[in-house]
Amino acid sequence: MPLLEVTELQTHYATSRGLLKAVDGVSFTVSAGESVGLVGESGCGKSTLGKAILGLAPVTGGVVRFDSEAVSRLGGRARKPFRRRMQMIFQDPYGSLNPRHSIGDILAAPLAVHGIGKAGERRDRVARILAQVGLPADSIHRYPHEFSGGQRQRIGIARALILDPDLVICDEPVSALDLSIQAQIINLLVSLKGEFGLSFLFISHDLSVVRYFSDRVLVMYLGVIVESATAGQLWSRPLHPYTRALIAAVPDPARRRQSAPLDGDLPGPQDVPAGCRFHPRCPLASDRCRVEAPLPRTWAPGHDVTCHHADEALRAPAQP
Amino acid sequence: MTVPLLDVHDLTIAFPAARPVRNLSFSVAGGETVAIVGESGSGKSLTALALMRLLPGAARISTGRISFDGQDLAVLREPAMRKVRGARLAMIFQEPMTSLNPVLTIGAQIVDVLRLHENLSRQAARARAIELLDLVRVADPHRRIDDYPHRLSGGMRQRVMIAIAVACGPRLLIADEPTTALDVTIQAQVLDLLDGLRRDLGMGLLLITHDLGVVGQWADRVVVMYAGRKVEEGVPEVILHRPRHPYTEGLLAASPRTAEGSSYRDGLLREIRGSIASAAGEQGCPFRPRCPKAAPDCGHAPPPAVVVEPGHLAACPVLNPPEARDAVA
Repeated sequence: MPLLEVTELQTHYATSRGLLKAVDGVSFTVSAGESVGLVGESGCGKSTLGKAILGLAPVTGGVVRFDSEAVSRLGGRARKPFRRRMQMIFQDPYGSLNPRHSIGDILAAPLAVHGIGKAGERRDRVARILAQVGLPADSIHRYPHEFSGGQRQRIGIARALILDPDLVICDEPVSALDLSIQAQIINLLVSLKGEFGLSFLFISHDLSVVRYFSDRVLVMYLGVIVESATAGQLWSRPLHPYTRALIAAVPDPARRRQSAPLDGDLPGPQDVPAGCRFHPRCPLASDRCRVEAPLPRTWAPGHDVTCHHADEALRAPAQP
Repeated sequence: MTVPLLDVHDLTIAFPAARPVRNLSFSVAGGETVAIVGESGSGKSLTALALMRLLPGAARISTGRISFDGQDLAVLREPAMRKVRGARLAMIFQEPMTSLNPVLTIGAQIVDVLRLHENLSRQAARARAIELLDLVRVADPHRRIDDYPHRLSGGMRQRVMIAIAVACGPRLLIADEPTTALDVTIQAQVLDLLDGLRRDLGMGLLLITHDLGVVGQWADRVVVMYAGRKVEEGVPEVILHRPRHPYTEGLLAASPRTAEGSSYRDGLLREIRGSIASAAGEQGCPFRPRCPKAAPDCGHAPPPAVVVEPGHLAACPVLNPPEARDAVA
């Protein structure tokens, strides 16, 4: 039984220019102790998907099950115990901390909201989580502006973990950080994963970070998952032309001055192309792709792809 | 030995209470791509602003020479600098959203630059602007020229910035983190475009980035900066495969990109402890507080960059005893 089970999830917004399908029928699972990566370009709906799972964006179709309970159908009060168990870490450690609250207050707030412990116990819990994320004990009296970007992300992690959740959704947790700090934060997440027995949905546009941190990876394009596989499968045998293009676009010293592999921009979610959503940018697009949307099919155990021509992608010249 | 297009010598940038760039020297030849890599606080962006003479009010160039195309930009007066800036020397920034004027069409912004530096009629400038949009591969330039910036995607806006930058055929283009705000697929398009323009226009390209992958794929030479100083310089093959400075080494080891095939299940990334803030007030090597190889001597004075093999400089006495590495070259 997976910890998180997302089935045909939709987040559609009614706008003056028609229906905006940010998430358009996404299904996947996260097992206990598993780290699942979610990659895609900005605008593909990956952040909205993360928020919809937590109830921070509307679910207009499909269902989110957490620990077998259909949490997306629960109202505020009934959902509250599940909210404690599903937490989020945001990209921007600057924007997600209230500058007027001390670190002690920021970290104690989730405990107060969920009515956990008395004042003294909360103070102990705050002190303990600070040590666990590697921040000095005197941080509780200080304010967010007194911390560097990496330290602020540690505060964001502490806030997410103080409720002892089961699932953590990270939305670009290291994208705003310098490389040397990025490694510190990733290592911290890896250590805490073991310590707290966490499962992760790890959303990022950075393929190398996702590859390192994920057991399984979902590739998202314009509101749908186009490929899902273990990290090993995905990089050794990417099947979807979009996955292949994403991997090929990562700068690589081995490809000196080689030209860009994928033309065009991601279309907006308001003008989703007919047929396969990727066909206007796809090197393998055929007439069939222009009219018929492909269905997901299983290529190998644990490796699904949504493409009419996945087998041709395999026969195409290997990535240099 | 030909004279380089840009020759920065012993550049120090000073604020009243700090010197964020110190004794920096490097050069760029025509047609060459030189990358400056470093993290926030390394001084790489300030260096770019100093070259453009666009330093913030409190900062000044306290020592050094910026020889560019026969002139020393470090001492050039503002009226003369205005003739250089945007014409022979141009720059694009990380954030194309905030660098474009939201209330002017992109055509008007390109025409502005053309008419400022070149004696063109309004009509001729507009025709040239359409050519430039075509050059930077904006589809349907006749229609796009009358669009406002908000109508364009991030990648398209960066193309427009590039069109403005190359409008007057610069000898040197400075690109400060030009693709950091862009997706990886769009990043590949923009870097490919910049490299094509470098080749076709014979420009020098000074690429400022934090991304070692970008450096490896696109640069001819790399300058690694840390806390305002150059710590290592060389060709990418050398810098990425056998760096001599512990900071460069640490950056490479910390990057999940270079840890091929690795997974968190196989072990943690090798981190560089602490942060660049520890370099503040450091009398010796700025990297000493974070350096796994620091020796007592490292605290005395910042080590100078010395040649460790032909074309490869490193500023670290621990890894580079003076007699070492002669055999390598």
